[in-house]
Amino acid sequence: MTVSEFEPWNDPEAKPLIHFQNVTKRFGDFTAIDDLTIDIYEKEFYALLGPSGCGKTTLMRMLAGFETPTEGTIQLAGQDIVGVPPNKRATNMMFQSYALFPHLSIWENIAFGLRREGMAKDKINDRVEEMLRLTRMEKFARRKPHQVSGGQRQRVALARSLAKAPKLLLLDEPLGALDKKLRQDTQFELMDIQEKTGTTFVIVTHDQEEAMTVASRVAVMDHGQIKQVATPAHIYEAPNSVYVADFIGEVNIIDGTASPNGEDTYAVKWCDNHAPLNAASPLPFSEGQKCHLAIRPEKVSISADKPEGAANMVQGKVHDIAYLGNISTYYVELPTGAIIKAQTANTRRIARRSFTWEDTVWLSWTATAGVLLAE
Amino acid sequence: MNRMSRFNAVSLTLGFAFLYIPMIILIIYSFNESRLVTVWGGFSTKWYGELFQNEAFLNAAWVTIKVAVMSSTIATVLGTMAAYVLVRGGRFMGRTLFSGMIYAPLVMPEVITGLSLLLLFIGIGLDRGVMTIVLAHTTFSMCYVSVVVSSRLVTFDKSLEEAALDLGCSPAESFRLVTLPIIAPAVISGWLLAFTLSLDDLVIASFTSGPSATTLPIRIFSAVRLGVTPEINALSTIMISIVTVGVITASLVTKRQMARQKAEERAAERG
Repeated sequence: MTVSEFEPWNDPEAKPLIHFQNVTKRFGDFTAIDDLTIDIYEKEFYALLGPSGCGKTTLMRMLAGFETPTEGTIQLAGQDIVGVPPNKRATNMMFQSYALFPHLSIWENIAFGLRREGMAKDKINDRVEEMLRLTRMEKFARRKPHQVSGGQRQRVALARSLAKAPKLLLLDEPLGALDKKLRQDTQFELMDIQEKTGTTFVIVTHDQEEAMTVASRVAVMDHGQIKQVATPAHIYEAPNSVYVADFIGEVNIIDGTASPNGEDTYAVKWCDNHAPLNAASPLPFSEGQKCHLAIRPEKVSISADKPEGAANMVQGKVHDIAYLGNISTYYVELPTGAIIKAQTANTRRIARRSFTWEDTVWLSWTATAGVLLAE
Repeated sequence: MNRMSRFNAVSLTLGFAFLYIPMIILIIYSFNESRLVTVWGGFSTKWYGELFQNEAFLNAAWVTIKVAVMSSTIATVLGTMAAYVLVRGGRFMGRTLFSGMIYAPLVMPEVITGLSLLLLFIGIGLDRGVMTIVLAHTTFSMCYVSVVVSSRLVTFDKSLEEAALDLGCSPAESFRLVTLPIIAPAVISGWLLAFTLSLDDLVIASFTSGPSATTLPIRIFSAVRLGVTPEINALSTIMISIVTVGVITASLVTKRQMARQKAEERAAERG
């Protein structure tokens, strides 16, 4: 490859900026974070993704200093920060509610942290102007937070949290309050600003699309544990568990038993009346081991005629069609009663669709289309 | 707009008449020329003039204002602190008990509050005077302040304080620079409420005042026992105006703050 990839996590020499070592956080009987060990590297855009209550916000609040771990250590640039109060940490946070001070103007909001630092007046001026330029809010400097729109408030919150040039910026559901269109624009803006400032970003979100768009790595969390940490593409293409596969995007899960039938290939027996399915997997499975075949709907082809030479094919009836404009998802019911989703791009006009409800169709996919999962 | 039904109109008139006719009569008679309180002798403001010649009343008025300013200020500080801990202190031992106890003086008969304070002051050998009245008034008006302030704090976004800490404030700075300016309207209206309550208290003041300090309500009460004079009508009219202004200002401050908050929320929703 000509462009050197940004992958410090694959470099054994790289020192992580943040290191969680066996961190556990309990609130009474409830375990929010369960024996968690992760590394986050400098200049990363690290996304914590999970359903509400999975512990992602607690993890972030421990980084900001608002919560202290019950057990374990957290290091920032090699220093243990567990006992350090939030006002003494080289981290800043952008709050979900933005938490802009309503009694101060946007200019004063951005200058707030710099004034606390005791920075010289003209330096504060320069820095605030710089932040206003970065977030394109120069025109609104004298306004109060309630006099600007939600998207602008979001940018002010970002400017304020970046003003002190933190080593680490924490973003708690930063785009949650914006509508979809604005959210997409802002995602790219965030990435742009992250690249310009070279700050390490940790973002908490429950929106998988958002995590996939902005992050260099995504950590999928559940019940206080990290299920998988990987690049967005890797998480999507090679999830390590049914939970991750199911959480990120849509997926068909076919349960069965594996039996090796070649180098890294397996026959998956899933139904007594049907031929086994063929699947490739780098992970070893033993003869008769229970497994789950995960296939993304867009990797399943649907056709009215029997396809030639496909590695896997099954016949079924169209049970339902979800028409989304650019794509359609077909819910095909197999004779076993199971439903398999197949997604196709609507390259032709809808009137020329060759099958509809209750039609018998063929589904097919290649041996490498799916991922074979043990759990 | 709906026209009011006859029944509602009558109820409204009756209710307000019941509340305000006595005061209106008092205000009218304060402008009475005649020495006799119950006989109208023409319009005059002479009793206001005489009132300001009356040394005893003026002294009492001065004591009352001093007491009101001091007690409401101390009550505001203590009440705000109590409200802050009860709303923000998290769950500590006896929190429910304490928040219940904050309301107790609101429903406690004044006679009992006054009597128990009197016993306390005698017990610790404190000479009764301005100081004891201030302490007594602080005691009962503090809970009003804390009720007003805590109702504001409940709706206060806690992440604002966290943001202040995150940006380098110590907890004390975060309170001074962020929390206090935002809850200031509630604190001010709490102060005004405490001030008004102190101004017109008779029962507790009469238990805790001494020969060196007599408040205006006590002076009026003892004067009335010798017969109502037009001077007292004039004085009462002045007091009614002060209290009215205090209460209206307090409610306006709260209302304006709520309106602004609503407008902000609406603006936020509009995005």
